[in-house]
Amino acid sequence: MTNPQLVMQAKGLTKRYGQVTALDGADFELRAGEILAVIGDNGAGKSSLIKCLSGATIPDEGDIVLDGKPIHFKNPMDARRVGIETVYQDLAVAPAMTIAENLFLGREVRRSGFLGNVLRMLDKTKMLEQSVARMQDLKVGIRSMTQAVETLSGGQRQCVAVARAAAFAEHVVILDEPTAALGVKEGNMVLELIRRIRDKGLPVILISHNMPHVFEIADRIHVARLGRRAAILNPKKISMSDTVAVMTGAMPPDQIPADCLAH
Amino acid sequence: MDALKNKLPPIGQLGPFIALAIACAFFAITTDRFFSPENLSLILQQVMVVGVIAIGQTLIILTAGIDLSCGMVMALGSIVMTKFAADLGLPTPIAVLCGVGVTALFGLTNGLLVTRIKLPPFIVTLGTFNIAFAITQLYSNAQTVTDVPDAMTWLGNTFPLGGAAVSYGVVLMVLLYLGAWFWLRETGAGRHVYAVGNSPEATRLVGIPTERVLLGVYVLAGVFYGIASLLSVARTGVGDPNAGQTENLDAITAVVLGGTSLFGGRGVILGSLAGAVVVGVLRNGLTLMGVSSVYQVLVTGILVIVAVTVDQLSRKAAR
Repeated sequence: MTNPQLVMQAKGLTKRYGQVTALDGADFELRAGEILAVIGDNGAGKSSLIKCLSGATIPDEGDIVLDGKPIHFKNPMDARRVGIETVYQDLAVAPAMTIAENLFLGREVRRSGFLGNVLRMLDKTKMLEQSVARMQDLKVGIRSMTQAVETLSGGQRQCVAVARAAAFAEHVVILDEPTAALGVKEGNMVLELIRRIRDKGLPVILISHNMPHVFEIADRIHVARLGRRAAILNPKKISMSDTVAVMTGAMPPDQIPADCLAH
Repeated sequence: MDALKNKLPPIGQLGPFIALAIACAFFAITTDRFFSPENLSLILQQVMVVGVIAIGQTLIILTAGIDLSCGMVMALGSIVMTKFAADLGLPTPIAVLCGVGVTALFGLTNGLLVTRIKLPPFIVTLGTFNIAFAITQLYSNAQTVTDVPDAMTWLGNTFPLGGAAVSYGVVLMVLLYLGAWFWLRETGAGRHVYAVGNSPEATRLVGIPTERVLLGVYVLAGVFYGIASLLSVARTGVGDPNAGQTENLDAITAVVLGGTSLFGGRGVILGSLAGAVVVGVLRNGLTLMGVSSVYQVLVTGILVIVAVTVDQLSRKAAR
């Protein structure tokens, strides 16, 4: 098998909180153009892993490599600066502000010349045009970028958050439970969007509890267990119930049929 | 129906103008002097202090905070600038800057307590309300400062405009409103004020330093209170240690009447100007009707509760 290009790689990540070891030498690999699902029981270390990758926490030990270069994030802004965008569950948007404002929140585009440099005036027209272009590019079917996010359905809101991440991420998009709390139709809308992001060439890390969703769109499944990576599974070969068994420890990694493992 | 609802401005934004129209109509019928040019000038003079305080208050309420200390801080500022000029003999511009510096310092104190120690703005500013009041009384010996230089009351001078006399202070107030409106609407920093009030977590997660935005808002509000101190001195011609007592609640009433939500992140600052005018019109009209000032306080109290109720109910309806 050929070895596809690795976008992000972590080795031996360790994170302790007092007596509790959240990460115990976890490895991680993300390939170019894939959707990698990260699953695991509560306390398996998946949120700690994601926090290390997105800059929200600093690992005690271990290395993270992005595009072959070692990186050391001190905060989420560092991660964002090198092109890793994260969408956090439920907290991603400011409801009273418009879609365009939300897309550019914290990255506002100023006018040129005196109006922008001295009066610090924003270029609302340009931001609006770019919002329309980016949302069309990702085929998010929302009519007006000037409507407040609170007028949208839950799925559309999540699409705005995911689209924002995709629009600004240069390397990796991390999605934390993007389909939780959404209905079937709404969830599918977000899944469609995630697929389009992958098809545009951006690798996606998807943290989810929703097994059907994971099996629907993931290319590979990273199973976190006891602070380590228990296995990388191939969703096209392994069954959902076996996956749950690996996740809970009912099936030890060495008993997984070889063809069910992803490489 | 929904499309129509989106096109109309929310009821909160029309509220102050409806209230203003009703109040004006009422006083025009019940008193004969209400619509005279002299009286309208008087209302504007009375509104300018509350109006400028309300700018600072709006900024803070937009971040889902509240400032109960605003009137007292304004009074302290006016005592500092008048006493620095009268007792220490400082030139007017320096004395004024010192007064504004003190009010900004109070804003900074409020802001630091809110952002660093994470205390609720309500409690912090209730504390600084009392502190500012006590310092004002102690520093002035509870005496009015009368020896105010002319330059310090210049903003109280008027020029004729269509039969009415408009003071330079009123012009300054309107300019400050336009400036604040532009800043909030057209600049990134202004939009971040809305974002922090609307969803602090989402704002922090996109990398905006929310604490710095909050701190900046409190300091800026302090600066506006300092400008209001100067306007208060200009209007009354003295440094009054007992100023600011009605302005405190009046400013909050103006902001809430103006349609800014106490829950943060929603509102238009020009509404606060309309709200301040409503409060001014009510006080003035009730005085013209010969209603005692205690009833004016009663009316303001009822008004603020009505305005907050409308805010609460309209948010519920929107959800």
